[in-house]
This record gives sequence, C-alpha cells and structure tokens, in this order.
Amino acid sequence: MAEMKKVATRDSYGAALCELGATCEDLVVLDADLAGATKTGVFQKAYPGRHYDFGIAEANMICAAAGMSTAGLVPFASSFAMFAAGRAFEQVRNSIGYPHLNVKIGATHGGISVGEDGASHQCCEDFALMRSIPGMTVICPADDVEAKAAVKAAYEHKGPVYLRFGRLAVPVFHGEDYKFQIGKGEIVKDGTDVAIIANGLLVYEAITAAEELKAAGIDAMVINMATIKPLDEELVLAAAKKCGKIITCEEHSVIGGLGEAVCSLLSEKLPTPVKRIGVNDEFGHSGPAAALLKQFGLSSEHIVEVAKEFCK
Amino acid sequence: MQNSEKKQLQITACKVRMGVIESTYGAKAGHPGGSLSAAEVFTYLYFKEMNIDPKNPKWEDRDRFVLSKGHTTPGLYATLANRGFFPVEDLPTFRHIDSYLQGHPNMNTVPGVDMSTGSLGQGISTAVGMAMAAKHTGKENRVYTLLGDGEIQEGQVWEACMAAAHYKLDNLCIVVDNNGLQIDGAVDTVMSPYPIVNKLEAFGFQVQQIDGHDFEAIEAAFAKARETKGVPSAIVVKTTKGKGVSYMENQAGWHGKAPNDAEYAQAMEELKAQLAELEA
Repeated sequence: MAEMKKVATRDSYGAALCELGATCEDLVVLDADLAGATKTGVFQKAYPGRHYDFGIAEANMICAAAGMSTAGLVPFASSFAMFAAGRAFEQVRNSIGYPHLNVKIGATHGGISVGEDGASHQCCEDFALMRSIPGMTVICPADDVEAKAAVKAAYEHKGPVYLRFGRLAVPVFHGEDYKFQIGKGEIVKDGTDVAIIANGLLVYEAITAAEELKAAGIDAMVINMATIKPLDEELVLAAAKKCGKIITCEEHSVIGGLGEAVCSLLSEKLPTPVKRIGVNDEFGHSGPAAALLKQFGLSSEHIVEVAKEFCK
Repeated sequence: MQNSEKKQLQITACKVRMGVIESTYGAKAGHPGGSLSAAEVFTYLYFKEMNIDPKNPKWEDRDRFVLSKGHTTPGLYATLANRGFFPVEDLPTFRHIDSYLQGHPNMNTVPGVDMSTGSLGQGISTAVGMAMAAKHTGKENRVYTLLGDGEIQEGQVWEACMAAAHYKLDNLCIVVDNNGLQIDGAVDTVMSPYPIVNKLEAFGFQVQQIDGHDFEAIEAAFAKARETKGVPSAIVVKTTKGKGVSYMENQAGWHGKAPNDAEYAQAMEELKAQLAELEA
C-alpha cells in the first residue's frame, strides 16, 4: 500500500464544514483563536458571516454555542481536544450535555501525534471525559473520507456530538463510496484468529499489522470503531464470538477509552480475553509525531508483537 | 409608572416571595436568600419587560431569560408559576423526587425556562450565545440574564462580558444582584468583586446602578437599556438578601437553607401581612 495519499483529519474537518456551508444555512462555526490550526479558517474565509471567534476563552465559547443552539443554529465549536474536552469539560457537561443541546464539538489535535508541543497539548483523556456524559456521541474517524462523512453525519444528528481529529497526515484508505453511520463499526478485513478493534490513526496501523500477521499464519479481523459512543455492541460481540480474542487500539489513555468500553461490554455479556493498546497511564512528551507513535507502541509493529504473543 | 401599576407589581413580587417560601419549605432545601433579593427584578421582567407568551413557552420570537445564578431557582419558578406557565400549587413539589421542578432550572422539564443553569458563570455565556444568534438570524428579541455578585468571581463571567462588548450585543441586558452576601459571608471579605460598576464599564457595558427593590427605578433602567445601541447593558441592582422575611434579611446563613415549621409560619405571616397592606 505504498504511495497512499495522506491527509490530516483536521483538514478534512475544515473541508467538510466548507462543503456543508454551501447548503446548511443554520451551520455556524466557532473558534477560540485556533482557526488556523483547527483548519476552520477555510470556512471562515468562505463564509465570514457564519464564523465567530471567541478569542482564547474556551469555556465561554462552549456555553455560547449552547445558547446559539437553543435559537436553532447548529454550532460547530472548535478547539484542540485538550481545551474543548479538557478545559471546558464542565461547560460541555452542564451547558450542552445536561440539556442535550444540538451542539457539535470539533476537537482537533487529539492524542500524542500532536508531536513537538508535548504533553500539555497531547490530549489522551478526551474519549474518557466525553463518553462519561449521558447522551453524548463520541466519534474519532480514521481517515479523510471517514472524517468528512462523520462531520456531515454529526450535522444531521440531533443532539450533542464530540468529534476528534488529528494533526498528523494519515493514509486515506477508504474509497469515496464509503458509507459512514454513527454507531456502526466497519469490518475492514475479516478474520478468525484475533479481532483488532481500532479507531483514529490506529486503524491503518491495524490494517498493516493484519497483513504482516497473515504472513505469520495469523488471520486477524480488523474493525474500524470510529464511534466510541454509542458503541456498536453487536459487532464487538460478533467479533468476540468469532475470534475469541480481542485487541483494542487507540491513540488515547488505556483508561476510559475504546479499550475500556469494549472490556465493559464483554465482561458483562461475553467474557473474552482482551489486550489493550493505548497510552499506558502516562503523559506524552515532545518529539516528531511518527517517532512518538512508535515509542508509545501505537504502531503496526507493536500490534503485530501483541497479536503474536496473544495467539501463541 | 402609575401608582396602580406599581402597587400591582408589588403585590406580584410579594406573591413571588410567598412562592419562594412555599417551595423551599416544601423541598426542605433550596436557596431563599438570593431568590427574595431578586423578587422585584424577576417580577418586572416577566410581568412587564419581556415579550413572552405563557401559553406558548417555546415561541420562537420570545425574549429570553437565563438565570445565571441558577441556585435562586425558587425565585424563577415562583415567578413563572404566578405568570401562568404552570400551577402555583406545584411549587411545594420543588426538589421532590420525580417532580418536574428540578433543584436548578431545567429547560427540558419546566415550561418557561429558557436555559438549564446551576453551575455559576455559564449562564451569562449562554445568554451571549442567544443574543449572538438573534443578531445572526435578524431577530428582534432581547436576552436578559441575572447574575449573583458572588457569581461574578467566576472568570468565565468576564470572558462572556468581553464577547458581549466585542460583538456589540445591544440586545443583551445583564443584571447583577448585588445583595452583598455569598455562602461564606460578605462578598467583599470572601473575594471582593468591587468595584462592579467600573469593571463592567471597563469591559464595554452601558452600566446603571439602582435600588433593586424600587419598581420605578427598575422600569427606568430597563427602558434605558432598551434604548442603548451598539453596546451591551448592565444593571447592578443594590438589594437586601432575604428581603421581605425579617429574620432572613442580610443573613448569609439564609443563602441555602430552608425554613423549618416555625420559621415557615412566621415567614408566611409576615408576607401575608405585607400583601394585605398592599391590597388594602
């Protein structure tokens, strides 16, 4: 799969908003002085009258988005994951989640692939925070095609949605005909020995790992679980039943994210051995994104290693 | 303001105060002090100032009110009930399990509540969003929000004020209930928010300071706010916490405490006497 086109999903976010902007008059985009980085700047340029900057004041932006939504607008409030889900957690919880308002949170720069900025900006807790809010939908798309589709699905969905995008350009493996549906996982590759359930940039790593595992005689299933909440329970249970072993992969703490969501489900409905690949209860640090991903075990090599040991 | 109208508003404010006592007594919990201090502001907004329809609480073009100091729910609920949004008889179910009258304002269960609030500092930001949305969609409705003088210690309040001035939200009027007390004591000994007027002026508001129990002053202030163009308005109302119930007045201890049987009886007796005098 060499020579694949690479796009950062934050760019997909900006592009999708621009596309939606052409027909969706009620869509407004909010930023907190990061329009250049969240890539909503392209929307701002195309639709200046529908873009509002709140300056470096995420708490106010999140609650203002809530207020706008009560008047029928569909706000996409944008910032880095650290500040949208982290700093403004309680605003999201009380002013958007509790009244179940129709606000979309576009959080870019999720995970450690933020790179050089280091731990202060590498949010590996957002899935945990956002999925703890009743009624919140949490999505982390895997590539450009899925990210654009997720933005459109979020717009059409009535209720709060948290969308996590990345800073790093990642391979675009979906075809343009790919159909995304909130709450539905995607079997990227079928298999029988172990099911690798991943989201975000780890999906492509899992696909690569599955190819290597094939050479080693291990037939791995790869599932893209872009929607962390609501979890596609049916698909997880079917994969567990078929493979008997699950590996979860996410660019997030092993605490509170996809891995724990899968474990919670399986422990109650179909106890199955699970290995979780993620950030192991530690902070990230500065460095090039690709080097960090390798160092923290968020790579196809590490998935292969874990799968081989698991399938011995 | 004609005397008859003023008297009618005073009568309503007294009934709102009775509703505050009925609901907090019924709940055996809640926040009477800051509800009583704002009774005139609540009354004026819902009976004179705001363009609303109790028969159609979700009417698209209505004026909005956000109770940023959400703990003073008893004051808001008593006002909404007296205005006809729901039966006054339901007030004693406040905070009961399975009652629609939740402990803090809930926009999804209580008719007439425009925003769920309770966590201090957030309501004013939602009001800013509502005012921005009105301007964005070319609507003429106005947005009001009531803050506590303790609440303005929250940094988010000033983020919201900055945005209100930046976006020239002259359809927004914020009211600060300056009753001088918060849970731990006097606001200026806990963490002084003063000078409130100068701060709001520095943030770009057209600011007025008035007696928050004087309907004529309230009317004049809201009229001036309505005429103000290009900048948001703020009205700092000097009030007495616990106003109308002798033993609650100026007592920080009555911030978040319900009256017991004897205290309830005394409060109702005092308020009934005030009502009888007004109706005489």
